[in-house]
Amino acid sequence: MNTQSQSRLPTTHRIVDIKQETDHVQTFTFNTSLGAKPGQFAMVWLPGVDEVPMSIAYDDGKQIRITFFAVGDMTKKLAKSAVGDLVGLRGAFGSNYEWEKGQKLALLAGGYGAAPMYFAAHEAIKDGCDVHVFVGARSKEHLLYLDELSSLKNVTLHVATDDGSQGFKGFNVQDINKVIKGGEKFDQLFACGPERMLVAVSQLSCDHQVPSQLSLERYMKCGYGLCGNCVVDPLGIRLCIDGPVVHNDVCVKITEFGKYHRDGVGRKIAF
Amino acid sequence: MNLSQTILGVTFKNPTVLASGIWGITSSSWKQVAANGAGAVTTKSLWLKEHKGHPNPTVISNEHWTLNAVGVPDAGVEKAREEIAIYNKDKPVPLIANVIADTVENFAKTARAIGELDPDFIEINISCPNVEHEFGKPFACSAPDAAAVTKEVKTVCGKIPVFIKLSPNAEDIKAVAIACAEAGADGFTVINTVGPGMAIDLRSRMPILANKVGGLSGPGLKPIAVRCIADVYSATDGKLPIIGTGGVHTGEDAIEFLLAGASLIGIGTAIGTRGQDVFKKVCAEMSAWCEAEGVSELSELIGGMHRKMKN
Repeated sequence: MNTQSQSRLPTTHRIVDIKQETDHVQTFTFNTSLGAKPGQFAMVWLPGVDEVPMSIAYDDGKQIRITFFAVGDMTKKLAKSAVGDLVGLRGAFGSNYEWEKGQKLALLAGGYGAAPMYFAAHEAIKDGCDVHVFVGARSKEHLLYLDELSSLKNVTLHVATDDGSQGFKGFNVQDINKVIKGGEKFDQLFACGPERMLVAVSQLSCDHQVPSQLSLERYMKCGYGLCGNCVVDPLGIRLCIDGPVVHNDVCVKITEFGKYHRDGVGRKIAF
Repeated sequence: MNLSQTILGVTFKNPTVLASGIWGITSSSWKQVAANGAGAVTTKSLWLKEHKGHPNPTVISNEHWTLNAVGVPDAGVEKAREEIAIYNKDKPVPLIANVIADTVENFAKTARAIGELDPDFIEINISCPNVEHEFGKPFACSAPDAAAVTKEVKTVCGKIPVFIKLSPNAEDIKAVAIACAEAGADGFTVINTVGPGMAIDLRSRMPILANKVGGLSGPGLKPIAVRCIADVYSATDGKLPIIGTGGVHTGEDAIEFLLAGASLIGIGTAIGTRGQDVFKKVCAEMSAWCEAEGVSELSELIGGMHRKMKN
């Protein structure tokens, strides 16, 4: 039998640091590692409440960080945690962003997708990559990880806000489209954000013939390929195993991409 | 080695079956499992109306066991209709529809509705161990209750064979099997998960599963499943086909199930350790074993232990 490097049982760890990123977004730090690579996710458990999948914002082998938006019942309760409180973690699960040494990468981050993109940028520059990060948000109050991204060498930061309150006025996908049309050439595009943004990146990827890797979010239960809740139509692949990071040549074959996802009982929910 | 067989008029290219509860929510899932070599697929348990499952954590594992308390979530028969219709358009392997309900009457209503969708077999889940707080002890723990469900379901399923999924927790699984057989069961699925069991997080001192308890599966389950299969086979004189389920990870595990009396082999948890192509792997291992041992037909193996003990 194969052995798994990932943990399939949650272990609780004490929060050692809490950073309030924006009104509704926080980053928790734990003194542990799941051996995660950029793009992978962890199941984050609040004992007695619920457990949800979250992109891993950082893991250096000693500390792990998660950045989350207090939007649902569980994350609203999680947001009330204090330093020293216990949170369960299991993983790391799923696929990760892949690059080759020295590539020129464009990373598109929508909303709290900025967290895993910071992790990707942080690791890719170690391989000599030239990284452009296109961070997008509704308005400047919702922009995340700008200071962290600015502090990285060989990272060029592009900021876009829907209302124009900071940086380019419009979506980050419109911004990169302009940059590409202006003559910039990228080896790959990585994207993490709302699915409608991913659809736009997928289209951009096809239009400009640039390969892309997109992080798709689906309802997860087990995280390691047993429950079947994250299986996508019509391919039948499990996004906890063959995702969340999916290459665009696979993504374009997922007919539900950008159209619907499934809830906890398996019913289709339109985006 | 030819692993195919025909059971109750349905031909299976090999004896491996996706067990209920693993994957199995959509047509896309069933087709993907078929592409990975399964001889048949079983749906997750289907309800007449929407049934919410438990919050997470619902499925947890270590190297020894898996505990699950997903809580049998399902969107109801409309979703089943849509997904089974898509699957049946170009069905790669037979489909077993697993049906669940809370009362005898609702089992019949649900089985009737699902039967109209034309599955190859209907499997009646009267043995789920992780919804006891909602519905009380499973019907499979009582011979009269199990028989009552069987009798009602049989009246509404027409020609579709009905398999009753039994619980290892029954005090006397032989008595339950006999009662179901007398009530008209066409076959059995043996067994559902064991337990329920519990796991506690040390630092928080809290049970890990949101439901606190959940059904146990994994390789350690196999000896219990083998005993239950052997009991049901002998209680019914080997006359009714058995889908043996519980802990199978390898071809040799599957052969052991056949010797105990199973005709088909349910595989679920092993996907988590051996990968989605576990069906192909188990079949290849079965074939290799049979060829090495000079076995040319599965029928030589099914119930083989019982025949050997009579000699």
